[in-house]
Amino acid sequence: MSEHKTWSGRQSSTWRTKVGLAEMLKGGVIMDVVTSEQAKLAENAGASAVMALERVPADIRADGGVSRMSDPRMIKGIQEIVSIPVMAKCRIGHFMEARILEALGVDFIDESEVLTPADDQYHVDKNLFKVPFVCGCRNLGEALRRIGEGAAMIRTKGEAGTGDVVEAVRHMRTLMDEIRTLTLLPRDQLMTAARDMGAPYDLVEEVARIGRLPVPNFSAGGVATPADAALMMHLGAESVFVGSGIFKSGDPARRAKAIVEAVTHYDDPVKLAEISEDLGEPMVGINCDDLGEKERLAVRGW
Amino acid sequence: MKKTIGVLALQGAFARHMKVLESLGVSSVEVREPDNLAGIDGLVIPGGESTTISKMLVRWNLLEPLKSLIENGMPVFGTCAGLILLADHLVNWDNLPRIGGLNLTVARNAYGRQIDSFEAALEINIPGASVLSESPFTGVFIRAPRIVADGVGKGVEVLCSFEGCPVLVRQGNILGASFHPELTGDNRLHEWFLSNIVTGAGSGKRAG
Repeated sequence: MSEHKTWSGRQSSTWRTKVGLAEMLKGGVIMDVVTSEQAKLAENAGASAVMALERVPADIRADGGVSRMSDPRMIKGIQEIVSIPVMAKCRIGHFMEARILEALGVDFIDESEVLTPADDQYHVDKNLFKVPFVCGCRNLGEALRRIGEGAAMIRTKGEAGTGDVVEAVRHMRTLMDEIRTLTLLPRDQLMTAARDMGAPYDLVEEVARIGRLPVPNFSAGGVATPADAALMMHLGAESVFVGSGIFKSGDPARRAKAIVEAVTHYDDPVKLAEISEDLGEPMVGINCDDLGEKERLAVRGW
Repeated sequence: MKKTIGVLALQGAFARHMKVLESLGVSSVEVREPDNLAGIDGLVIPGGESTTISKMLVRWNLLEPLKSLIENGMPVFGTCAGLILLADHLVNWDNLPRIGGLNLTVARNAYGRQIDSFEAALEINIPGASVLSESPFTGVFIRAPRIVADGVGKGVEVLCSFEGCPVLVRQGNILGASFHPELTGDNRLHEWFLSNIVTGAGSGKRAG
């Protein structure tokens, strides 16, 4: 994080190069893919990155069982076929999965609640890695704990695999409200605020000063339509992750392209109307209110 | 007269460029469709994913208007993906729809994957621009495109090289960098673009 050093040659994997890649992904769509064919389709639709995983969240829900890091062969197949960044997920706290993914040369690791947690108390110490990490959050305290551990990008969690955007909205609104509130607090209240939200003080102080997260803030979990994507951009997302919403829909290629276009033109309802036209069936989806406490993925994370 | 710079805002780090321009007292507008091009004195093409931005240039009918504006002398500064979109030749990706204008060859992602991304101190030596040579400029290279050393054609001035490859080039009204000056808080390069390429561009040959 240091600013002015004298050095010769390259300084690899600095904080600035990690956050920098997240900056480059802004205004775009990161798509979940499970095969090389899907990855190519995503790239052709204009995805700014792909997330390589074994099953999309909707199938993880349907199939049950333990959900783990993907087969390296499948990840390598995707790395070979696309030129855009390739992300992959590790289980919460599973630093060995993370080290394997780093060895594969993935561009970003998502320490994700969508997989079955490997540790019910601790997350990965992401500062130790050369590869950047993204982590989910439901509120500001959780976001700042993850950034404190070294996450270079935050995504609000939503409820993955449902196609219901309500939790994504709830988490983004909560996060943005808490950021706005911090900016209004006098300095002598910040330590108590940090204690109450369980967040590192220096990051609380930084957010109060700059009025945003210190790293890019994306949205995930439940986006199924171009309008959903545009909604999340309006609420404060700087990019959108789309999981099951594309490949569980009737016409993945068209829907993928439409969601990419909707993120660029999120503030132009006339264009959004044109973009949303004739996309075929959206994913069927699950109403989040019908989920039992045990079926909720967003509560995973400590 | 106060200048307005367009920043291509289809995808990528456009907001960071706008912040830099704002801090230099220049107004900027987001460019997402041809209507946004009216009245701009120059353009910045940010980093991001070149395949994504390329598709959107075609989809929203910006490719031809931009080509013609730049051919007619509109000042433009492309960083990273922006450099790719301004390159006349691409290794392996020559069919990527793009603007062109820089007579050189670029290899996408040729500095490696993200774990190979790096920062390096760059020595920029431009005659008459002492503020740039006073101290090194921090180059942030993220999955960066490489300008092929022997692929630099006629008319292209190399303003800075690193490890034997050009990383900052100029051809008339076009400035291209394979790194990200917008991520460093060092505004010297944007300032130089504004005062040497944008200023005077309307009045004929002064840009040289």
